[in-house]
Amino acid sequence: MAPLKSAPWWSGRVRPRARPIQSATDAAIAEVFREEAGRLTAALVRALGNFDLAEELVQDALVEAIEHWPKMGVPDKPGAWLLTTARRKAIDHVRRDARHRAKLALLEGALMGVDTAEGDDRLRLIFTCCHPALPREGQLALTLRAVAGLTTVEIARAFITSEATIAQRIVRAKRKIVDAGIPYRIPTDAALADRVEEVLTVLYLMFNEGYLATAGETASRRDLAEDAAWLAGLLVRLMPKEPEALGLLALMRLHLARSDARFDSTGNLVLLQDQDRGRWDRDRIAAATSLLHRAAELRRSGPYQIQAAIAACHAEARSWEQTDWEDIVALYDALLVFTGSPVVRLNRAIALRHTAGLEAALKEIDALAFALDNYHLLHATRAELLRAMGRESEANEAVARALTLTENPAERALLAKRLT
Amino acid sequence: MKYVLLFGDTKDRAKQWESMPETQRQAAYGQINQWFDKYTGKITGGQELQPERTATTVKFDNGKPVVMDGPFIEGKESIGGYAEVSVADLDEAIEMAKGWPTGGPVEVRPVVERPGPPQG
Repeated sequence: MAPLKSAPWWSGRVRPRARPIQSATDAAIAEVFREEAGRLTAALVRALGNFDLAEELVQDALVEAIEHWPKMGVPDKPGAWLLTTARRKAIDHVRRDARHRAKLALLEGALMGVDTAEGDDRLRLIFTCCHPALPREGQLALTLRAVAGLTTVEIARAFITSEATIAQRIVRAKRKIVDAGIPYRIPTDAALADRVEEVLTVLYLMFNEGYLATAGETASRRDLAEDAAWLAGLLVRLMPKEPEALGLLALMRLHLARSDARFDSTGNLVLLQDQDRGRWDRDRIAAATSLLHRAAELRRSGPYQIQAAIAACHAEARSWEQTDWEDIVALYDALLVFTGSPVVRLNRAIALRHTAGLEAALKEIDALAFALDNYHLLHATRAELLRAMGRESEANEAVARALTLTENPAERALLAKRLT
Repeated sequence: MKYVLLFGDTKDRAKQWESMPETQRQAAYGQINQWFDKYTGKITGGQELQPERTATTVKFDNGKPVVMDGPFIEGKESIGGYAEVSVADLDEAIEMAKGWPTGGPVEVRPVVERPGPPQG
């Protein structure tokens, strides 16, 4: 897992997001799973009092749905279909293991209530899956599976790792939930703020995993950025008064609204400054920005809201030149109050170029050279400034250094183009 | 569920503790006592341990016991004491650990509880 860094999204120098080639049915199934799987898991955990078993039953039902739905079509009441299947799996369990007999009676009772349950238990499920006592990779995999309804195979593809690896992460996480007594409930007020932050971090990393893709791409890769945005949307539905959840959702949606312009026809990355702004989805940008206004009304600023505000500044600018750089520098200053991250300072330095000039920006970047020496974007940015100042040989050296630090083919192609 | 909270300290801090003036140490004990008082209904046992320099380890070399000076946990941290607690779940144990006043880390470990007679 990459360390948590502020995504250098503004530059457009990010890895290509895989374009999953999915049939309409696959997409429809994924959508149904997202809506139904978490709801069903949450209800079963409550009914059975056994996180591990409940989660397993739902996963089994999903796998069976994937086998049957492409042939028979998505059922009219997919939730009921999954429920019935999970119930049958539970009965199989009981046949295999008499100790589960008591659970079956509970399950029967629970199944009656699932369809009519007004209360949404998914918030508890989210807090359990993103519990800080679980390792980060376990949180990610378990949240995707139990809340967003991905199968183990899909998660493995998304993280470009083996199915066995993901299965093991999930087994370990679930075992810890049971053995360490991680509760299935909304945290108490005293712990709530920290726990919300933990959930937001998991979703933010999930989004970056999809949007920035940390390893090579494959066509069949599921787009985790979309899953993360869906989960953030769910969190906003369940916690409508949480401004940072709104901020994170706005941030994700602003990025997704511009994603079509991030690649040219041959699949090469296009820098933000060179992107065809006509391909940005103005409606989605406006909708995302209105989320930020909603967050602002709750009167509690935070790092995700500020990052989203910066993204909105870029998204609303008619051109790179007409970007409101003064605003952007001020927003970065505000962001630095929350995080002293050198990556944030790097991003601020780039905006500074447009308000304070090349020399000032270069000075700021050189001050970060120690902290970010192994970060390719530091050297890429330095190269850009040096080139603009006419210091060609130094610029080429910086590009060469950046090239040694990234393996992403799209980014390498972009860097190589600048070696003159 | 039952948990043991293991109170850790870095070796540097443990030395500091030993060389601390008596009044300061009493003040620190006062805070620790307050913590125990606050959770008196949930704490079922616990002890402060003598410093690590007092530790003796019995190791087994091919089954043969070998007595050695020092603790068996190697590293920068040492265990200064423990408390057994009985609470609803991990979150409650974590809340207790968050209030631990010494500044040292606290490890929260569930205790193996033998299952009761089978149900159903």
